[in-house]
Amino acid sequence: MKYGYYPGCSLERNASAYHESAMEVAAALNLEFAEVEDWNCCGATEYMAIDMLPAFALISRNLALAAEQMGNGRQQQLVAPCSACFLNLSKTDRYLRDSPELADKVNQALAAGGLHYKPGSLRVRHLLDILVTDVGFNAVAEKVTKPLYNLRLAPYYGCLVVRPVRKTPFDNPEYPTSLDTLMRTLGAKVVDYPLKAQCCGGHMTQIKEHTALEIIRRLLKNAADYQADAIVTLCPMCQLNLDAYQDNVNKHFGTNYNIPILYFTQLVGLAFGISPKKLGFGKEFVDAAPALKKIGAEPPPKAKKPRPSKTALPMPAPAEED
Amino acid sequence: MTSPTTARAPTFFDEVVAATPGQSNLSKCIQCGTCGGSCPSGQDMDHSPRTLFAMIVAGMRDDVLRSNSPWYCVSCYYCMSRCPQEVHITDIMSTLKRMAIKEGKYKESSAADAPDFSGTFIDFVESYGRSFEVGLATRYHLSHHPLDMVKMAPMALGMLRRGRMDLTPTKIKGIDQLQAILAKAKEIGGEAS
Ligand code: SF4
Ligand code: SF4
Repeated sequence: MKYGYYPGCSLERNASAYHESAMEVAAALNLEFAEVEDWNCCGATEYMAIDMLPAFALISRNLALAAEQMGNGRQQQLVAPCSACFLNLSKTDRYLRDSPELADKVNQALAAGGLHYKPGSLRVRHLLDILVTDVGFNAVAEKVTKPLYNLRLAPYYGCLVVRPVRKTPFDNPEYPTSLDTLMRTLGAKVVDYPLKAQCCGGHMTQIKEHTALEIIRRLLKNAADYQADAIVTLCPMCQLNLDAYQDNVNKHFGTNYNIPILYFTQLVGLAFGISPKKLGFGKEFVDAAPALKKIGAEPPPKAKKPRPSKTALPMPAPAEED
Repeated sequence: MTSPTTARAPTFFDEVVAATPGQSNLSKCIQCGTCGGSCPSGQDMDHSPRTLFAMIVAGMRDDVLRSNSPWYCVSCYYCMSRCPQEVHITDIMSTLKRMAIKEGKYKESSAADAPDFSGTFIDFVESYGRSFEVGLATRYHLSHHPLDMVKMAPMALGMLRRGRMDLTPTKIKGIDQLQAILAKAKEIGGEAS
């Protein structure tokens, strides 16, 4: 089956492990993902806070490009692996459909760039939805060659994927189960995870550290209480917050959580027998090697320590203008 | 949406409703408090969404726009999916953010940095078409939390070492097209923007 693919900014870098594993899994399942050419940022949760119509226009450029590149005519499917991108793209399409007045204004703006978007031309889907609905658990099960029998996983959906911004969410917004079933299909033990649909704090790490770390702490504690070997996520923001800030949480609260945060596509890939290296393992802050060893997979070599520079300050160099 | 037939001058409530896309359903709020009870950052908010909505109805414009609550909203839509009245709470929070920026009121709240984070983020998007974490973190933290910058350095290095961060931004090919679209949108924007 053919889909348009909108990776979003995170998957280019920060969440490249998600992108790589998604591509491997898609190929194994004969899913054809055509990346939207020259897509732009969806604005995350920031643009809407500043300016409404440009925020809708920014998102709509992507919808217009995707619809144009996939051929107008019957409704096309656009896949977004990032929860925030998924929400922004699907919500915008819905708001444009519901309000001809808004659609008209957005199209006037798009016309300044020679583009047009007919609301409803695309159906925006999250990657998890494609795997559980279009591919289905049976077809996934057929591909499993290395079942994840010894892993205890906490399935973490985060906030945006299952919220009913679209009229028919593909899973229950309060207590979703599709990721649970998918992980069970791979042979893993799925632990109860009551906070599974709670927010990871989003951009709050940048604004009020204590508020953010408390939100992350609760999520880690909940998984630790159920002795999960790893938390399974489907969003780059969730992965970043729980993984890169886990150390900060431990320092801030005097805890010692050590739970790897993995993308669901990485686990599907492992069960399909794909090598951890191809699935982007080794880029996580909290080492996934102990979890990999439990299922007999070979962890990739560790990332090298950067050579200390005599001149550089201990922070990333500022960007150069191009 | 406001009804064009109202003879009275628009109230603060009318303004909020008019600046929110689609049907906000704000008038349907029954003050049940489900939203505040569901909110992950509710404990740090000056006012729960429920309280804030009562204040909007009461016309407490300055107190609402000075509240830190909209800036503590992380747009998780939890309240919205639980609200029995289908009030578009998250959208209203965004509306309040825009209004607070427009009137400069956010500076009086305890979350005065948040709009600058959003502003810096969108500056990069408007210049390159893509977000840029290094630039964002450097520029925003240097101007707001230079001390945090040092605290964050190990994480930034960790990101670089794992190949999870770029030192230079990526620019899309159609940046001129995007800028033309955004300029036009700002021109049409009007009220809420
Ligand atoms: S949940 Fe909805 S109805 Fe209840 S107080 Fe909040 S906004 Fe009002
Ligand atoms: S959308 Fe905002 S107000 Fe609503 S629960 Fe989430 S953080 Fe709280």
